Amino acid sequence: MSEVNPEIPLEAERQEMAVDIACVGFGPAMGGFLTTLTREMTSDGAALESKAVPGMPLQVLCYERADDIAAGVSGVVTAAKAIRASFPELASAEIPMMAPVKLEKVLYLLDPIGASRRSMTLRAGDAAIRTFRGMLPVKDDALELPYTPAFLQKHNGLVMSIGQFNQWVGGELMASGVAQVWPGTPVSTALFEGNSVVGVRLSDQGVDRAGNPEAGYMAGMDVRAALTVVGDGPVGAVGQSIDRKLGMPDGHARHEWAVGMKMVVELPEDTPLEAGTVWHTFGFPEPEIFGFLYVYPDRLASVGIFVPSWLGNPGRSSYRYLQHFLQHPYLWRYLNGSTLRSWGAKSLQESGANGEPFLAGDGYARIGEGSGSTNMLTGSGVDEAWATGVQLGEAVAEMLRAGKEFTRENIEATYVRRRRESFVEQGAQVAKEARNGFHTGVVSGLIGMALAGLTNGKFSVGAKIRPAHQQIEPLKEFYSQRLSAEQLEKATRDAAAGGRTLHDALMDACGWPEIVYDGKLLVSHQDALLMGGKVQAAGGFADHVRFRDAKLCAACAERTCIAMCSGQAITQGDEAVPAFDREKCVHCGACLWNCKQSPDGKNSNIEFKAGAGGLHSAEN
Amino acid sequence: MTNSFHIVVCASTVPDPLQTLEPVTGPAGPTLKNEMMLPAVLDPWAACALYEAAALAAKHTGSKVWLVSLGPKAKLQQVMMTVAQKVPFELVAIDGPLGGFTDAHSTAAALAETIAAIPGLDCGKLLLFGGWESASRGAGVTMQVVGERLGIADQFQGVDQINVKEDGSFEILERVEGGKHQVSECAGAPAVLGWATGNLAEPPNRPQVGMANMRGVMPAIQKAKSVKLDANGLSYASVALPKQQRETRVVRDMPEDEIAREIVAWIAE
Repeated sequence: MSEVNPEIPLEAERQEMAVDIACVGFGPAMGGFLTTLTREMTSDGAALESKAVPGMPLQVLCYERADDIAAGVSGVVTAAKAIRASFPELASAEIPMMAPVKLEKVLYLLDPIGASRRSMTLRAGDAAIRTFRGMLPVKDDALELPYTPAFLQKHNGLVMSIGQFNQWVGGELMASGVAQVWPGTPVSTALFEGNSVVGVRLSDQGVDRAGNPEAGYMAGMDVRAALTVVGDGPVGAVGQSIDRKLGMPDGHARHEWAVGMKMVVELPEDTPLEAGTVWHTFGFPEPEIFGFLYVYPDRLASVGIFVPSWLGNPGRSSYRYLQHFLQHPYLWRYLNGSTLRSWGAKSLQESGANGEPFLAGDGYARIGEGSGSTNMLTGSGVDEAWATGVQLGEAVAEMLRAGKEFTRENIEATYVRRRRESFVEQGAQVAKEARNGFHTGVVSGLIGMALAGLTNGKFSVGAKIRPAHQQIEPLKEFYSQRLSAEQLEKATRDAAAGGRTLHDALMDACGWPEIVYDGKLLVSHQDALLMGGKVQAAGGFADHVRFRDAKLCAACAERTCIAMCSGQAITQGDEAVPAFDREKCVHCGACLWNCKQSPDGKNSNIEFKAGAGGLHSAEN
Repeated sequence: MTNSFHIVVCASTVPDPLQTLEPVTGPAGPTLKNEMMLPAVLDPWAACALYEAAALAAKHTGSKVWLVSLGPKAKLQQVMMTVAQKVPFELVAIDGPLGGFTDAHSTAAALAETIAAIPGLDCGKLLLFGGWESASRGAGVTMQVVGERLGIADQFQGVDQINVKEDGSFEILERVEGGKHQVSECAGAPAVLGWATGNLAEPPNRPQVGMANMRGVMPAIQKAKSVKLDANGLSYASVALPKQQRETRVVRDMPEDEIAREIVAWIAE
């Protein structure tokens, strides 16, 4: 009798299927893995026969939560070294929304409004920039840095839509006929026998919001596999289930996060911006918020921001900040007259190597962002993720040919060894402590980044990094210097009454101007969901966002989960716990770490489980 | 029940209706901007027909479902990733252009020719299913012409239900005005049924069904016959999407009665 997760009830009607390799999450990492493995399978099929179904080729299945493999992902500026190694002819592969990087620029954005929360040091710096603007490359409240630091450069790289890239890679894979990719299929957990992973369990269908069986109930199937490849990203349910069961390596933790939120816009017909233009920004709307603009072919551009966990503001709100970012004078002169085509958000795991889980165990391997591969110094994750997939693909082929079992030792000797010897690991070590300084202040953060980047990681700024829920500052303390007790009380009272949201009221009170909608680019959050996000959720699945302890929610003054919910899926509601609307959720996972409460001192009060649906746009 | 059917479902791919669609004029006439980069789905009306076909086949032992789909191979492949997990079928793929602005008669001719050539298909048991509309561009005649070309005289459109009787005849509910159904009796197969939404919920994803379907799907796509669809003199004077009206206002503290009055006034316009 196998031991399964105690949290999962055994059900007689649950069906079971055996495959050789079960994969979870179709992103760049899984694209790299399946591309590599299927090439190995088709080049030497005889050596890669199925053990699960004797006489058949290796049975490789990949389950993806999103409704389409092009949906729910982002665009990217990438050096694309590893991707190009897999596809030397990539640039001519006729993938839409792809262009070579032509012009890179780093911009320090001054605050033209005066609402940004800047330290005295920064204010002094800003004043100096303004005073000497005649001698400095300052234009439209932005300082153009004279050069792009080498660690940030993406020369010879690509701007591309991961949605379009995924679609192309998925098409190539399916055409090979040797691997199957199934979108619209959330996976609830890994299956365990002792400490070995023996497959995955698909999410139950035909259940109510709480997960109770309803008409058409179908227990999620157990897919048993000799190897489970986990590439379900930083907030994936399977990765989380393994972390819960096996823990993290000593000293490793995922305390640093950010929400990346962006729009794909159609620029005005007379835009001077050329495809391949890339801007990196910092300084506005808050000093802690990094931003970007990069231009695709056909006058399309991606413009967005990263709101990090170390921005301790309990009323932080990605969407509102994004709207102010768009209107910064330096960007607005190009964006004015643009039209929103697509919009989306995702959580980024920013702990890098410090958040690396056990990469291998008996029966499983982890790849991609959820495995800690993102390099937060260079701001690069897609190429690293792809590389980890390729490394595992080569390792699996090697093990299969040698007749080796998928044990922890064998996977470590093949996959982990390749990874440790690669640019992924070298970059991860350089970047490991590069961002620590941000936990004590923006200036120390920037100094730390520069130190690490310029010394190849030899030097950095040290800091004690608290769990994400502890990085959110108490409401009263945070606003004590900016708002009167009456202002704070009124904002809280209005929000509790179901009127204006707390974060909007707080931002207004802090001097952020109201957004004047133009119906094209500046639109309400709900319109962004309809016009740009196209969010949908199939019926019959349980709510994937759960509030663990209602008492903690009832007593929570901050309610950062509402402010930072990218899709306005979490709202005030009438109950003690906030209301959750699955049909608005874009599955960014921000709620998981934007919760100040913790029932155990370790995790936040919000569970983010496997769920179906989400964004449908493929222009991303 | 001993009645068995050979059910052929005609269902093409359309761009996911949630995408931003923008008609443009291409070298061969109207098209959708960047249509090949948009994720595709099985035409929702035809998808209902497919689910009804599978449910009917499951009730009548010995029945079989074929899914005949015309579209670019890449799109068919993409759509099969989601559809193949739903219900069992055998795919018959036709490699052709995206279907939004093709001539319905040419499309019907290609479909009819392909259906007639399906090995083992018994026309005496044939139920030809499809959507009575399309999310892409409903010509409103494709299914009828396919039926005519296959010599099927009994045709029903806007179907929501079929009840098969012991003697092999069946009762069909077609949508008519006022939310009512017209009830027709049909002596038996062959017949054409252009489905409205039917009464079935979208089936859940079943991994075993997907595995079984996929064994035939990829070979079917690989050997798909390529067709060119003649325009037959068809031309479009203009193409436009239904106009969206979006007049967002943010109004705080508005009384519920006032909101209701405004909505009623808006509906009455």
